[in-house]
Amino acid sequence: MHSRLHLKTYILIAIMVVAGPVGNLLVAKGMRQAGEVKLWPPSELLAVFVRVFGSLTIWMGIAFLIMFIVAYMLALSMADYSYVQPAAALGYGVVALLGYFVLHESISPLRWVGIAVICGGVAFIRNTHPRTTENPN
Amino acid sequence: MLELVLFVLIIVVGTWGELCLGRAMKETGELKRFRPGAAASLIWRALRVKWIWIGVAMMALAFFSLLFLLSFEDVSFVVPVTALSYLVGALGGIFFLGERVDPQRWIGIGLVCVGVVLVLAGK
Repeated sequence: MHSRLHLKTYILIAIMVVAGPVGNLLVAKGMRQAGEVKLWPPSELLAVFVRVFGSLTIWMGIAFLIMFIVAYMLALSMADYSYVQPAAALGYGVVALLGYFVLHESISPLRWVGIAVICGGVAFIRNTHPRTTENPN
Repeated sequence: MLELVLFVLIIVVGTWGELCLGRAMKETGELKRFRPGAAASLIWRALRVKWIWIGVAMMALAFFSLLFLLSFEDVSFVVPVTALSYLVGALGGIFFLGERVDPQRWIGIGLVCVGVVLVLAGK
């Protein structure tokens, strides 16, 4: 029973690790294309809103992020929040790689080290049991 | 200052929104059969739990803040810093969802926090 719980959770986490970073990347790309964001005056905010939500890249990003959220919700229905969230954090490493290779962001050595430490923390968390509370049903 | 406000909205408000989703899903019940139909019906039932709407509103606010921040900051900087939500998430898991966080998980969360500090220092 526990191994099945682990397997289902792992499949959902795999979907999250891919869909989350790709969504973030597309959204970042879309925001860069949309130009400078001004919150004031309201007419300027409206113009930004139209530019941002008229962008296909943004909507593709949102589609991936929705895929991420759905996988996340399903994972949360069977495992603890504090288990699912850190495990899904592998995506943080993926997002840095995508930022570097696709958006050509300059990443300082210290930033790489920090991201690696984050992934190390994630790997450390991975093997704890996914659920500590009783299911109400 | 603007960046700080946006990071707080993304990390604190976004994480609390996710915790609300977690609560809603726990009230809805577990995904028993791993099929699209069963998953859709589970999410449909979850939509009737009030926590889901509170969660969605908070996550929407966090998402708009993320969009704003990404318009002028690197995605490889913004996204790793939002990893601070692990700390907020673990605390919320304990106090809001009644979960236990074992020592190994705390060490992992501690490492994640050290990593975030390095990312901030590497800017």
